[in-house]
Amino acid sequence: VKLALAIRQVREAETQLGAELGRIGERHRADHDVFHLSHTLIRLHHANLEALAPFGERYGVDVEPADAEGGGGPLARARERMSELAGRRPEAGLLLLRDLRHLHLLYAEASVDWVLLGQGAQAVRDGELLAVVEECHAQTLRGMKWTLTRLKTAAPQVLAG
Amino acid sequence: MGVERRIDRIAEPWGSRTPYGPGAEWPVRVDQHLEPGVDPGEPTWVETASILHSNGDALEVAVRDGRMVGVRGIARSRVNRGRLGPKDLYGWQANGSRDRLTQPLVRRRGELQPETWDVAMDLIAERSRALLGDPGPGAIGFYTTGQLFLEEYYTQATIARAGIGTNHIDGNTRLCTATAGEALKESFGCDGQPGSYSDVDHADVIVLYGHNAAETQAVLWMRMLDRLAGPNPPKVICVDPRRTPVARHADVHLPLRPGTNLALLNALVHELIANGWIDEGYVREHAVGFAELERRTRACTPEWAAQICAADAGEIRAAARMIGTAERLLQTVLQGVYQSHQATAAACQVNNIAILRGMLGRPGCGVLQMNGQPTAQNTRETGANGDLPGFRNWDNTAHVEDLARVWNVEPLQIPHWGPSSHAMEIFRHVEEGSIRLLWITGTNPAASLPELHRIRSLLDRDSLFLVVQDIFATETTSLADVVLPAATWGEKLGTFTNADRTVHISGKAVEPPGAARPDLDIFLDYAERMDFRDRDGAPLIKWHDPESAFEAWKDCSHGRPCDYSEITYARLRETAGLQWGGERLYADGRFFAAPAECETYGRDLLTGAALEETEYRALNPAGKAILKAADYLPPNELPSAEHPLLLTTGRTLYHFHTRTKTARAPQLQAAAPDVWVELSRADAAARGLAEGDLAEVSSPRGSVRARVRVCGVRPGVAFVPFHYGYWDHADGHDRAANELTITAWDPVSKQPLFKAGAVEVTKVADAQGEVAPAPTTTASQPLAEIGRVTTGDASALALETLAS
Repeated sequence: VKLALAIRQVREAETQLGAELGRIGERHRADHDVFHLSHTLIRLHHANLEALAPFGERYGVDVEPADAEGGGGPLARARERMSELAGRRPEAGLLLLRDLRHLHLLYAEASVDWVLLGQGAQAVRDGELLAVVEECHAQTLRGMKWTLTRLKTAAPQVLAG
Repeated sequence: MGVERRIDRIAEPWGSRTPYGPGAEWPVRVDQHLEPGVDPGEPTWVETASILHSNGDALEVAVRDGRMVGVRGIARSRVNRGRLGPKDLYGWQANGSRDRLTQPLVRRRGELQPETWDVAMDLIAERSRALLGDPGPGAIGFYTTGQLFLEEYYTQATIARAGIGTNHIDGNTRLCTATAGEALKESFGCDGQPGSYSDVDHADVIVLYGHNAAETQAVLWMRMLDRLAGPNPPKVICVDPRRTPVARHADVHLPLRPGTNLALLNALVHELIANGWIDEGYVREHAVGFAELERRTRACTPEWAAQICAADAGEIRAAARMIGTAERLLQTVLQGVYQSHQATAAACQVNNIAILRGMLGRPGCGVLQMNGQPTAQNTRETGANGDLPGFRNWDNTAHVEDLARVWNVEPLQIPHWGPSSHAMEIFRHVEEGSIRLLWITGTNPAASLPELHRIRSLLDRDSLFLVVQDIFATETTSLADVVLPAATWGEKLGTFTNADRTVHISGKAVEPPGAARPDLDIFLDYAERMDFRDRDGAPLIKWHDPESAFEAWKDCSHGRPCDYSEITYARLRETAGLQWGGERLYADGRFFAAPAECETYGRDLLTGAALEETEYRALNPAGKAILKAADYLPPNELPSAEHPLLLTTGRTLYHFHTRTKTARAPQLQAAAPDVWVELSRADAAARGLAEGDLAEVSSPRGSVRARVRVCGVRPGVAFVPFHYGYWDHADGHDRAANELTITAWDPVSKQPLFKAGAVEVTKVADAQGEVAPAPTTTASQPLAEIGRVTTGDASALALETLAS
């Protein structure tokens, strides 16, 4: 079955989200909510990959929970420090808009991939997979809504400035 | 006449007991403190209510020869029945302090110089006009307080939102009461305290979550103590990492590891559902979201929570059974929840417990999501914080149009593209340079916000024009470009509302010192200089004094849940306090939650992501209460080898905020004169620390020096009081608890986390006979004899009159 393809697609999207959240969190260390929430969301994507792993085995795809934690190392801390300093410049707001917009689009992609996998799971009558897709997709939508909320909050100050 | 007793209310903060039983009226006890030599028949008495906490105790100020000479409680008040807490008994002396700000100051060549009001106000108006032209209203921000009066907030909100048209207006209420408001909105669709203090008279189980009522609302605690001393006392459950006076009176004390409230609450809800301790009929009729709540808490057993909270599973079960089998359940919540990790999610779980058990709207069945400050309720109501005035929903076009009608401005003039900027976001905009005029009123962020080195550096930015309006010189005024001297409580007329919706009128007892002016007059003066106009070209601000401002507010609040239209100054004077909304909200199981009526469409409790109107309509078409839940997450900063202890900060009974007032009341200052750090016996011993040793407390952000108190705080936790900054401290930045705290906030309420972060405590020097300057009467009571107890001197003697 081509379900393996859909699983791989979701895996890649979720892994990429984790990595991108790590990078964006680091880059916007001075926007403290973005920094902290990126870690919360990374946790969700990690859990999503874990929940998907058994189905990788079932359908013959490798779904190792990717190392998407991001941050923590000395290099990451140095980058965070840099971003704290850069965060005091007026361009910080514009950069934040750009990064959150990018993130939101990645979320939209991941969301579509979950929808496709869910459709596939229904077609092959895999109820277990379908349940996991529903739960995980809800978590991904959470991040997608958050990026939109945060974009809407940030935009007026940046764009009217 | 009754029985009179003279007692030292520093040594006996809660005074004598007047026991009473369930359903009985709380007996009267009138507390009074007068300057020596003043006979109670001599002065004029002016009615007001307490200003140094949120309880709203009705009191009278004694005035002789134009000076305040004392206070006494008002017997007919529903809130305090004559009682006063220590801060009320002694705190009034700060008004007459010789170092009040008495004239405007303007920074010239780096120095603050005395100026006239005209020059100072023109300067602010000039700068405002320039910024309004370019780059626009978003360059101007207001950071206000929980200590002005209703009329002043309403005027300020009108100026900011309709006059300037900026979305940057919030209060320091963000630090104290944002989660209370947000949790009420999430659960019941709208802000508004469901319960009443009189629920204490009827409850058979009282649960206090992170609420050290004994020190934060001393008179509410007296009410609980009197129930505990009477027949058929209520059972008390206390959730607090410290051995507070509440914990010492509790039947069950759960000293959780900080940052784990939600795990405990999820387990309590799990137990209620698993044991069938829920009012199914009530839930079916009056709530939505049960299936999701059940699913989210299914795996949250007491054993699971015990691991996370470092608590005893048996004790969690015992607490759940008490809550589950209570007939009249009162739950109260304060900063232990609000200033902690996952604040709103945890506070909502408390609301969920009340909903699941059908414990709302009946005597003894209440939730008190408390406030920290005396007038924080009005900041919330009038829109001087993150909400539109009158609990209007910024995301509901009809609400915005209605507000525009009230103000007679175009709806687009009022920013409503999102919730107004929360405090931490306002300071972030100052940091990146897009807010260039910040007007701070009645608060001291250079001591009270987290991570002070950051706050100092951003307030000091050259790009910022900083206006600070206050009554004393503070850490924050020292960074200002213009300082405006304000009149305070007792020097101006107005109203304010406490945490159980009781509105008080506060009279003018004395003249403000020097050229100091009431905050209302300052705002009205600014509005006039700015010449703000409505859409017909008439002045935007159509009022000129406190009572006309109150009447304008009545129009604005009319038809909203916080409807003041039946209240008048005259009725407030007659009654010594009136509750809007009646004694309890939601008696009929009806909430202000219908899509057209609600204050918010809600947020995801894990991330703060906003729900759209369509989502809210699908979830809650009939306007029921909303059972919301979130999974527990570990805190942002966990203990490490370098910083193995968890920090929690908080207040002590004798002080308020950054002590600008309480340090100027000699009895209060002497009771807790300097900072300390509390450790458990085990943590102190492991570091070779004993009572009175000088220690350094360090976090990844900074460090402070404090003497050690070995007391009943749970192992693994260090407590530092947040009152002690630098305005009365010679040099260095080594004293304020906020040197240590982390810049992080709850994603839903945006309340900063003051009870979070990791620290280490190391020894600097031996005690050499010193003891920690911490009270012995409070949560900081030492474990062992230290050879000193907290008492007052002769000037601390206060009179109690008990009805005989």
